[in-house]
Amino acid sequence: MNIVVCVKQIPDPNTPGRLEPGTHLLQRDGVDAVLDPQDEFGIEAALKLVEAHGGEVRVVSMGPERAVDAIRKAFAMGASRGVLVSDARLRGSDALTTAKLLAAAVRRDPFDLVIAGTESTDGYSGVVPQMVAGLLGVPAVTFARSVSLQADTLLVKRQTETGTETVEAGLPCLLTVTTGINEPRYPSLRGIMAAKSKPFERLTPADLGLDSLGGEAAGQAVVSVEPAPERQAGEVFPDEGDGARRIVEFLGRVKVI
Amino acid sequence: MGSVWVFAELVQGRVAPGALELLTKARALDPDPLAAVCFGPGAQQAAEELGGYGASTVYVSSDPSFSELLLGGPGADTLARLAEEKRPDLILFAGTYASRDVAGRLAARLDVPVVANGLDIERDGAIVVTTAIFGATQVVRTEFGAARPALALFRPKSFAAEPSGGGPPQVVEIPAVVDDVHRAARVVDRSAEVAAGPSLEEAPVVVSGGRGLQDPRNFDLLHQLADLLHGAVGASRAVVDAGWVPYALQVGQTGKTVKPTVYIACGISGAMQHTVGMRGSRNIIAINKDPEAPIFRLADLGIVGDAVQVVTRLIEELGNRQS
Repeated sequence: MNIVVCVKQIPDPNTPGRLEPGTHLLQRDGVDAVLDPQDEFGIEAALKLVEAHGGEVRVVSMGPERAVDAIRKAFAMGASRGVLVSDARLRGSDALTTAKLLAAAVRRDPFDLVIAGTESTDGYSGVVPQMVAGLLGVPAVTFARSVSLQADTLLVKRQTETGTETVEAGLPCLLTVTTGINEPRYPSLRGIMAAKSKPFERLTPADLGLDSLGGEAAGQAVVSVEPAPERQAGEVFPDEGDGARRIVEFLGRVKVI
Repeated sequence: MGSVWVFAELVQGRVAPGALELLTKARALDPDPLAAVCFGPGAQQAAEELGGYGASTVYVSSDPSFSELLLGGPGADTLARLAEEKRPDLILFAGTYASRDVAGRLAARLDVPVVANGLDIERDGAIVVTTAIFGATQVVRTEFGAARPALALFRPKSFAAEPSGGGPPQVVEIPAVVDDVHRAARVVDRSAEVAAGPSLEEAPVVVSGGRGLQDPRNFDLLHQLADLLHGAVGASRAVVDAGWVPYALQVGQTGKTVKPTVYIACGISGAMQHTVGMRGSRNIIAINKDPEAPIFRLADLGIVGDAVQVVTRLIEELGNRQS
């Protein structure tokens, strides 16, 4: 089966995020960029399916030039080929613009299954995969906690707010995966070496017939960014055997006990 | 302003609380008219409750497909057809999984933008939605352009639900649009993760645990503590992903949003993913071994120490008071 995984390069989530003053765009200079850790679960899920049933895993991404590193990491894990949609004008693109470009990149070759994370770690709008599914005209099965393929049907256990649902889905379809679905593999040395020679394409929106898309075409605009009101910092004490007593006193003060 | 719709999701045939919160907020936008849209078995019965929170019209479809299939596909298609006919200015959604599925797909279908994770909305010429980024340390205001309808998803509990005292709504039956594509994915089984005691979202006290508890068995201590305080137990994503406790306990960006009177974070470092779901709590107590843990920056009372030891002693002290 042909599986396409949507991936994103993000600023290292261990460093505090910052926006450029004036433009309200994410500051990327001087910040390490990594493959969104969330996406490793999608890549792993795709590799497992292909290892069990045959086929190929390819990755698609939209981002700046250096996002090629995120695709290389997917290659090192075991993906076979990749596409990066890149154009300076795409900076600040909204969710729908991103989805249109990803869907167009997916559609260039036959596919059975598209996999994405439930949301990106940096932007977390959590709607891009559903948009991609809509644009591709396939069902979206979101928040998968486990997935297996039986004959031509995907058997998906998905998380809901109140419990779990089991879904049977025909192909093609789109799946979003939670971080509980598997244990992503570490790239092996052999994988890292092989990643360098795997086929990789860099495309512009024009290559995809979507020349009119770009930041300025976004239907929404950030008008201000301000620090949130700080919580007043409280008191911190080392536990010298009196920690529990301090908590009891506090609970009494706020009338919980 | 023009017409505003609230998408009212049903959970097990009953209106999910998000819709009532959004209707309450939408009334303040002075819409003409304010309508609710409700799909699935139980929609007819839900209409009256939605009217009680200010919807003058409720569009309903009780088609069983909405619960037999995943809501996203048929929900978006049915809503798209209705929106193309009635042309609302704004559609509000609660940020639940199923409503995200509907809103995302609808945006693609209608080629209109969507703003997710909203905390507030105002009409000041343009429609402006407030969101928070970087673990809710920065507040962003985003303005919609001219495309209509504008779509916005909101974090749970962004607004307090209050009945409007209005009369019964006009109920309008609409046909479900169920494309064959969506019939390819069917829900064949549903199971609920049930917990004893008050629900995590409603409990006045939430006792949450993270990696600092060191062993899944130590969650028993949190259950004991929660029982003594008539509270509920929560968890960080790290321990949910590690399989220590069910997902239903997860507090944070991909879990629940809670605003209890007291939130007790035990062995939780305070990653943004977690704090975004609890920083609205009225009082926060944190117990953590690491004095540099970011959770202490939010805490009204912080105890630097071993969470298992402190909680064990806390249970003893509270037990003594009650006996």
